[in-house]
Amino acid sequence: MYSLPLLSLAIWVPIGFGVLVLATGSDRNAHMARVLALIGAVLGLLVTLPLYMGFSPALGGFQYVQKLEWIETLNVNYHLGIDGISLLLILLNSFTTVIVVVAGWEIIQKRVAQYMASFLILSGLMNGVFCALDALLFYVFFESTLIPMFIIIGIWGGARRVYASMKFFLYTLLGSLLSLVALIYLYFASNGSFSLLDFYDTPLTLTAQVLIFFAFFMAFAVKVPMWPVHTWLPDAHVEAPTGGSVVLAAIMLKLGGYGFLRLSLPIVPDASHALAGFMIFLSLVAVVYIGLVALVQTDMKKLIAYSSISHMGFVTLGLFIFNAQGMEGAVIQMISHGFISGALFLCVGVLYDRMHTRAIGDYGGVVNTMPVFAAFFMLFAMANAGLPGTSGFVGEFTVILGAMQSNFWFAFLAATTLIFGAAYTLWMYKRVIFGAVANRHVAELKDINLREFMVLGVLAVAVLVMGVWPDPVAEVMHTAVGDILAHVSNSKLPE
Amino acid sequence: MSDMQKLYLLVPLAPLAGAIAAGLGGWALSRRAVHCITILGMLVCVAASVLVYQDVMLGHHFNGALYTWMVSGNTRFEIGFLIDPLSATMMIVVSFVSLMVHIYTIGYMADDPGYKRFFSYISLFTFAMLMLVMSNNFLQLFFGWEAVGLVSYLLIGFWYTRPTAIYANLKAFLVNRVGDFGFLLGIALVLMYFGTLDYATVFGNAASLSANTIELIPGVAWSLMTVICILLFIGAMGKSAQFPLHVWLPDSMEGPTPISALIHAATMVTAGIFMVARMSPLFELSDTALTFVMLIGAITAFFMALIATVQYDIKRVVAYSTLSQLGYMTMALGASAYSAAIFHLFTHAFFKAVLFLGAGSVIIAMHHEQDMRKMGGLAKYMPITYLTMLIGALANAGLPPFAGFFSKDTIIEALHASPLAGAGIAHVLAVAGVLVGGFYSFRLIFYTFHGKERFADPDHPDVKACEAERAHDNHHADGHDAHDDHHQDSHAHKPHESPFVVWFPLIMLAIPSVCAGWIIGNFVFGDHFGNAITVAQSHPAIATLRHEFHGVVPMVTHAITTLPFWLALAGAAAAFYIYILQPTLPAVLRAKWGRVVTVLMDKYGFDRFNDWFFAGGARKLGAGLWQGGDVTVIDGLIVNGSAKVVGWLSTVIRKLQSGYIYNYAFAMIFGIVLLLSLTLWSLAS
Repeated sequence: MYSLPLLSLAIWVPIGFGVLVLATGSDRNAHMARVLALIGAVLGLLVTLPLYMGFSPALGGFQYVQKLEWIETLNVNYHLGIDGISLLLILLNSFTTVIVVVAGWEIIQKRVAQYMASFLILSGLMNGVFCALDALLFYVFFESTLIPMFIIIGIWGGARRVYASMKFFLYTLLGSLLSLVALIYLYFASNGSFSLLDFYDTPLTLTAQVLIFFAFFMAFAVKVPMWPVHTWLPDAHVEAPTGGSVVLAAIMLKLGGYGFLRLSLPIVPDASHALAGFMIFLSLVAVVYIGLVALVQTDMKKLIAYSSISHMGFVTLGLFIFNAQGMEGAVIQMISHGFISGALFLCVGVLYDRMHTRAIGDYGGVVNTMPVFAAFFMLFAMANAGLPGTSGFVGEFTVILGAMQSNFWFAFLAATTLIFGAAYTLWMYKRVIFGAVANRHVAELKDINLREFMVLGVLAVAVLVMGVWPDPVAEVMHTAVGDILAHVSNSKLPE
Repeated sequence: MSDMQKLYLLVPLAPLAGAIAAGLGGWALSRRAVHCITILGMLVCVAASVLVYQDVMLGHHFNGALYTWMVSGNTRFEIGFLIDPLSATMMIVVSFVSLMVHIYTIGYMADDPGYKRFFSYISLFTFAMLMLVMSNNFLQLFFGWEAVGLVSYLLIGFWYTRPTAIYANLKAFLVNRVGDFGFLLGIALVLMYFGTLDYATVFGNAASLSANTIELIPGVAWSLMTVICILLFIGAMGKSAQFPLHVWLPDSMEGPTPISALIHAATMVTAGIFMVARMSPLFELSDTALTFVMLIGAITAFFMALIATVQYDIKRVVAYSTLSQLGYMTMALGASAYSAAIFHLFTHAFFKAVLFLGAGSVIIAMHHEQDMRKMGGLAKYMPITYLTMLIGALANAGLPPFAGFFSKDTIIEALHASPLAGAGIAHVLAVAGVLVGGFYSFRLIFYTFHGKERFADPDHPDVKACEAERAHDNHHADGHDAHDDHHQDSHAHKPHESPFVVWFPLIMLAIPSVCAGWIIGNFVFGDHFGNAITVAQSHPAIATLRHEFHGVVPMVTHAITTLPFWLALAGAAAAFYIYILQPTLPAVLRAKWGRVVTVLMDKYGFDRFNDWFFAGGARKLGAGLWQGGDVTVIDGLIVNGSAKVVGWLSTVIRKLQSGYIYNYAFAMIFGIVLLLSLTLWSLAS
C-alpha cells in the first residue's frame, strides 16, 4: 500500500485529468469532456479510498509521508503527509468532485471542457492543501485554488458575476498575502526551514506569535469565513453556478478551518490561547448575528450562504475552546456541513434550472408538482436545522458539549442555533415547498430526473449514515486531535 | 444477544420496518398492502411489548448498549435500552394506542391521496417514540425527543396546501425547539459534571453532586441540581405543552385527527412527563425545581381548562382539555408523586384517545365539519361513537369509577399532602380545575350529541353565528374548507355511524377508559415501578396517600364525600342546564361576560404577543443587522470603501505618470539623491 505515492495521486490524478479534459477543446467534443471528467473524478475518489483503508488511527503524527526536494536553495520540499483530519477532508473533497461533475452533466452547455477541467484541477489543488507539510507548498496550493474558483464564478456565474468574482478574489487574496510574510518570518525563525513540523518546534516570543496569529487569521478567517470578513461569501454563492456553490461551501470554506488547526494552533499556541476569547467572540457573533440575518433573506442561495457562515461559526468555536469534544465536533461539523450545504445548494440548483429564479417569493407549493424532490429537500433542511439522526446534529451537539465545559454562556449562545437554524431553514422550506401551487411556473415543474435523484440520494445516505453512526468518522481523528491539543497546550515562549 | 434482547429490538424495529416499506416502497404497493404491512408491524410491536412487560414484571430488567454511536474525548456515546417497569409501561401504552390509531386510520383517511404517506409517518412516529422511552441514556432520549418532534411537524402539516396547517407545523417545531434549547443545555451540564450521559451512572452519582453550586452569573451561586433540572424541564415544557410553551398544541389540531389522538394526546406530548419521571433521582434533589414544576403545571391545568369552555371547534375543546390534563400530570411530578403522574398519563392515553378518535368519527359523519355549532343531536345517529365518547368524557371529568377519576383524584390528594412551597396554590387550582373539567367535558357531549339537530337547520342562530364568523375571518375558513370540497352537500343525507375500522378502536380504547383505574393499588401505591422511580424521604406525598389507601371501592366511596367529586358533577350539571335546558343561555352568557370570553377566545393573547415580539422582533432584528451591519457598514463602508480609496489613490498617482521626460528625469534625480544621502547617513552613524 505504501509503495504507491497515494497522496500525490490524490493531487495529480484530478489535475492530470483536468488538463486532459481541457485538451478536448471546444464544445463540439462536450460529451467526451463530460465522460473524461467523470472518469477523472471517479479515479480521483478511488485513489483516496485506500488512504482510509490503510490508515492507522492509533498512530500519531503523519502517515503516507512523501518528501522530495523542490527548491534546494531555499530548503523548500515537496513534502506531503496526512493525519486523520486531513484524511477526512481529502475524502470529502474527492467525493464532492464526483457529485459536482455529475450535477453539472447536461446543465452546463457552454464551455463544458473548461467547466469540468476547472473543478478537477480545483479538486487536486485542494487535496494539495490538505496534504502539504511544507509551508511554502501549502501556500502555493492554498493560493492557487483561487484561480479555478475565480474562473468558475466569473465565467459560468450569474448577472453580477464580475463583481462577485472580483470581490471573492481580492478579499481572499489580500487576506492571505500577510500569511506569506508570516511564513517567511517563520522560515528565518526556524533557521531556514519551511517544514510545518519544524515550525511546530520553533520557540517564538508572544509578540511574534500574536503578529503571526493575525497574519494567519487574515488568511483563514476570510476563508472560513468569520464575521466580519464574511461579506464576500453571499455574493460569491449567489453568482456562482450550482457546482461552484457546492464546492465553495463543501470544501473551500474548510481550507480556512483546516488552516487554523494545521497552522495557527500548533505554530502559535500561546497567541492562540491569548486570543481565544476574541476568536470565540467572533464565532458566537457568527452563530447569533448571522442566524438572524439569514432569517430575513429573500434569495434562497443567499439564505443558505448565511446559514453556512453561521454553521462555520461552530467550527471556529470548537477549535478555540481547546478540548477534545470541541475540536472533534469542529471537524465533524466541517465534514457534515460539506454534505448538507452541498446538498442544499444542489436543491436550489434543481429549482433554479427549472425556474431560473432564486427568489423565495417566486415559489410556493412546489411539493404539489415535485414530491420526490420535496422529500429530499426536507431531509436536507432538517439536517441543516441540526436534527438528530442527521449529520448536522453530530457536530453541533459535540461542540455545544465542549463549549459547556469552557463556559455556560458559550454553550448558551451556541445552542441558540437550535432555534435560529430551524427558523430560517424551515421558514424558507415552508414558503418554497408547502402551500398551494403559487403560479403557473410552479404548476409546470417536473420532478427530479434519475441523475438528480442519484446525486441527492447519495448525499442523503451520507447525511443519514453519519447521523446514525458517526463513530467511523470520529474514530480516525482522535489521535490527530490529541496531537493538536498537545501542541496547543505546550507553551512555545523562549525560556 | 439473548432472546429477550432480540425481543427488545423487535419492539421499535417492527414499526420502523413498516414505515420504511410504506415510505420508500409505497409507490410500488397498493393502499391495502401499505396498511396491512404497517399494521402487521404494529401487531408484532404490541405482542413483543406485552411479552417484554410480562418479563419485566417477573423482575427481569435490562440495561445495556446496542452500539457505540460515537466516542469523543473521554466520553462514549451509546445507543442502548433500559427496560424496567417505567419503560415497559410506556411501551404498552405507545404500542397499543398506536395500533388502534393505525386501524382507525384505514377508515378516517380512506379518501385521502396521502394515505400511504400517512401510514409511513405514524409508523415512523411509533418507532421514534419507542426509542425515546426505551433509551438508557440522555443522548438517545434527545434523539427520540427530536425525532417525534419531526414526525409531529410532518403530520401537523400533512395537508400541506392549507395555510393554517403549514403555519401550525412551523410554529409547533419552533416552539418545541425553544424547549429543546433548554433541554440540550441541561444535557450538556449533565455531561460536564457527571462525565457520562448514561442514566444509571448519572443517577447513581447524583446524590454526591447535590451540594454543588454553579455560578451562571458571577457571584450568584445556584444549586447545580436546580439549574440542571429546570433546564431539563424546559424541554418538557416544550414537548408536553406547558405554559408558556403551550401555544403550539391547539394549533397542532390542523393535523388529521388520528394523529391528534396518537401524538398530541396519548403519547408524544406525554414524553415530557415521562422524562421528568425518569429523571426523578435528579429532581428529588432540588425542591426549587419541584416547586417550579408544580406551579407551571398548576397554571397550565387551570387556565387552559378555562379556554376549553369557550371553544366551538370540537377538536380544540379536546386539545385544551389535553393541555389541562398534562398540567395535572406536571403538578403530580412537582409533588414527587411520579407514579401518580405516570398513572394519569396511562389512563389519559386511553380516554383522551377515545375523545379524539370519537371527535374524528363525528367529523367524518359531519363531512369534515368541526364546528359544534353545526352539530347537535347526533347521539341517535351514531350510538357507538356517542357511548364511547361519553365514557371518555366521564373519565376526563374525573368521575368514579372511570379511569380518570383514580389518577386525577390521587394527584389532587398528593398535592394536598405535599409539603413543598407552592403546593397549596397548586392544590386550589387543581380542585378548581375539576369544576371546569366537568363543565367542558359535558359541554362537548351535550352540545354535540344532544339538543337540536343544527346540522340540518341552516337558519339556527348558532349555525348563522358560525357562518358569519367564517365570512368575517377568511383565514379561519381556509383551514376548514380547503381539505374537503364536497362538504357543501353534507346536508343532503343524515349522519350515520362510522365504519367498523373506526368504531372498533373506539371500543377497544373505551374499555380501558372505564377500568384502567382499578389497578391503582399496585400501580401507584404498590411496588409496580420498583426502583425505576426515586422519591426522597422529605417528599412524603405518595407515602402519605399509601397509608390512606384501602382499595379501589373504599377510594370511590370516600371520594363521594369530597369536594372534587361534587365539583365535577356541578360542572356537568351546569353544562346540562346551559346547553340542554336553556339552549338560548350560551348566547346570553357570552354577551354578559363579553370581556372574559374575549380574553379566553384570544387565548390570553399569547399568540399575538409571540407573533409580534418573537417572530416579528427576530425579523426586525435580522433585517436591521443585515442592512445596518452587513450592507451598510461592512460592505458599504469598509469593503467597497477601501476599493474607493484605492481607486482615488490611483487617480492621484496616475497624475504622476504624465509622459513628459523631464518629469521622470526630475524624479530620478530626486530619488538618487535621497538614496545616496540615506546610505551615507547610515554609513556615517
